Amino acid sequence: MLSVQQVRKTFNPGTPNEVRSLQAVDLTLEEGSFVIIIGTNGSGKSTLLNAVAGTFLVDSGAILLAGRDVTAWPEYRRAGMIGRVFQNPFSGTAPNLSIAENLALAARRGLGRGLTWALNKKLRTEMRETVRSLGMGLEDRLDNIIGSLSGGQRQALTLLMATWLKPKLLLLDEHTAALDPKSADQVIHLSSQIILRDHLTTLMVTHSMQQAVNLGDRLIMMHRGRILHDFQGAEKRRLRVNDLLGRFEEVRRADLLDESAAEMLRRMYV
Amino acid sequence: MSLLIGALTIGFILSLLALGVLISFRIFSFPDITAEGSITLGAAVTAAMLVKGVNPLVATAAAVLSGFLAGAATGVLHTRFKINGLLSGILVMTSLYSINLHVMGRSNIPLMSARTLVTYAEHLGRLLLGGADNVSVAGWEVGARDVSVLGFSFVAALLVGLVLFTFFRTDLGTAMRATGDNSQMVRALGVSDADMIVFGLAVSNGLVGLAGALLAQYQGFADVQMGIGMLVWGLASVIIGEALVGVRQLGYLLAGAVMGSVLFRLMVAIALRWGLDPNDLKLITAAFVFVALILPGLVDKMRTRSAAHA
Ligand SMILES: Nc1ncnc2c1ncn2[C@@H]1O[C@H](COP(=O)(O)OP(=O)(O)OP(=O)(O)O)[C@@H](O)[C@H]1O
Ligand SMILES: [Mg+2]
Repeated sequence: MLSVQQVRKTFNPGTPNEVRSLQAVDLTLEEGSFVIIIGTNGSGKSTLLNAVAGTFLVDSGAILLAGRDVTAWPEYRRAGMIGRVFQNPFSGTAPNLSIAENLALAARRGLGRGLTWALNKKLRTEMRETVRSLGMGLEDRLDNIIGSLSGGQRQALTLLMATWLKPKLLLLDEHTAALDPKSADQVIHLSSQIILRDHLTTLMVTHSMQQAVNLGDRLIMMHRGRILHDFQGAEKRRLRVNDLLGRFEEVRRADLLDESAAEMLRRMYV
Repeated sequence: MSLLIGALTIGFILSLLALGVLISFRIFSFPDITAEGSITLGAAVTAAMLVKGVNPLVATAAAVLSGFLAGAATGVLHTRFKINGLLSGILVMTSLYSINLHVMGRSNIPLMSARTLVTYAEHLGRLLLGGADNVSVAGWEVGARDVSVLGFSFVAALLVGLVLFTFFRTDLGTAMRATGDNSQMVRALGVSDADMIVFGLAVSNGLVGLAGALLAQYQGFADVQMGIGMLVWGLASVIIGEALVGVRQLGYLLAGAVMGSVLFRLMVAIALRWGLDPNDLKLITAAFVFVALILPGLVDKMRTRSAAHA
């Protein structure tokens, strides 16, 4: 479904702020697979998702989505195949538009937009049904401005919007990180429910080890712009939180080792 | 009394400008100074065609189209060539100055003898009012022509407002409103925010061009200088309108812009009547917009400060 081939991305190349965020990343996702991505801060998780979504074009490599080479496609064009939920609850909705209008926009993701009414009776009925399933009481507030809702409510709606039309690929980037624990649980529950129900091919970034072991059928650990570990099938199912913490510890030690080696070299030669 | 009617008429005509500014400034948060060039462009195109005997409807439509193109040009400079929004507008506005002179062939075209939409409106009014030269409105004797033209400008503002209200509730219009609100989300939902900005600025300046066309036909001339200060006038109308309606909902915003424009013209007429030097008008308008722009921030600050003290 998704194939990322030898993708590289360097920010601010040739300057002191140069960051090699993706270093020849290879990743292939089967249709219907639910992949969790973990990794330390700055390891390139968001950059990978952004590269797939087309937020920027990559320096080299190729990205194939549903058999099509989308490497040169602008973000809005890829969006026809991709549903997205961002970390920031403010990013996924238009605050001054009503709940219904936001959903109506999502109901035409990737389709043309002309001079037909954005809202009609049929769509409204559908909205009420779907929004009711959130159990947040929002079905009676469809004409309220989204800006008046809480982060958790907005994130739940963004999730509905991203999956209103079944996407070929769903991208979730720490989409519960900004929420309080209860809302985060709610949104995570909703996410896995939708993903399993619609068999959505999913890439989900998280810092929660609990989520990482409980969810998904494959787990990828990134470090310094590379994929360091890739657990699949039985191996993924056997993973426990402690195993993951152990892997992080290994990474930390290796980094320390790198640094002390660099320090030693500096002392010897500089 | 005819002073009042005149102010109302200009208020309704310039409410088309206010609606255009509402789109660029409030929907896209884009301070689009192209308006100062495109209002003149609309006037110039219409006047140049009218003196050649072109049908006023065609001449007015041409003004809308030319404003549309001017706005699209600013949008393309901004989105395709990544030029700062204000600068894109300044570039187009400056080019329009030369273009307008070319269109007109000189710096001023009088429309005294030309048939215009306003003369049509006067004819229509004469038919409706039974041919009288004067009519009495609430006890006042007013010229039938003045009333007809006022009615015409009111209908024009009403129609345009309704069309916009309808448009902004379609798929395309909703996507356009969302673009100004959250462009990241709009892209993630498969809409090119760049295209929306180009189209939105085009629509905005199309309206401004229409305002210019009607203004020229109303005042009986087009002048290459007539656009100066118009953006700030439009902003003042939008801000007054928002204060009047108080709600940030689509229908209210549109109605507010029209009402704001009319109220603003009335205030200007009264101030001039009281002896305000016309030369000071732009300075005072700019000062007014300045205060209106910083006032909400100041009030917030004072509120949080007093809340912190409490
Ligand atoms: N637009 C950008 N411009 C410059 N540098 C960037 C940009 N986006 C990301 N980076 C850099 O790329 C590196 C990887 O960032 P990225 O956001 O992908 O990390 P992450 O794994 O998502 O981290 P986190 O867990 O903190 O979200 C970081 O060093 C970051 O500073
Ligand atoms: Mg990140």
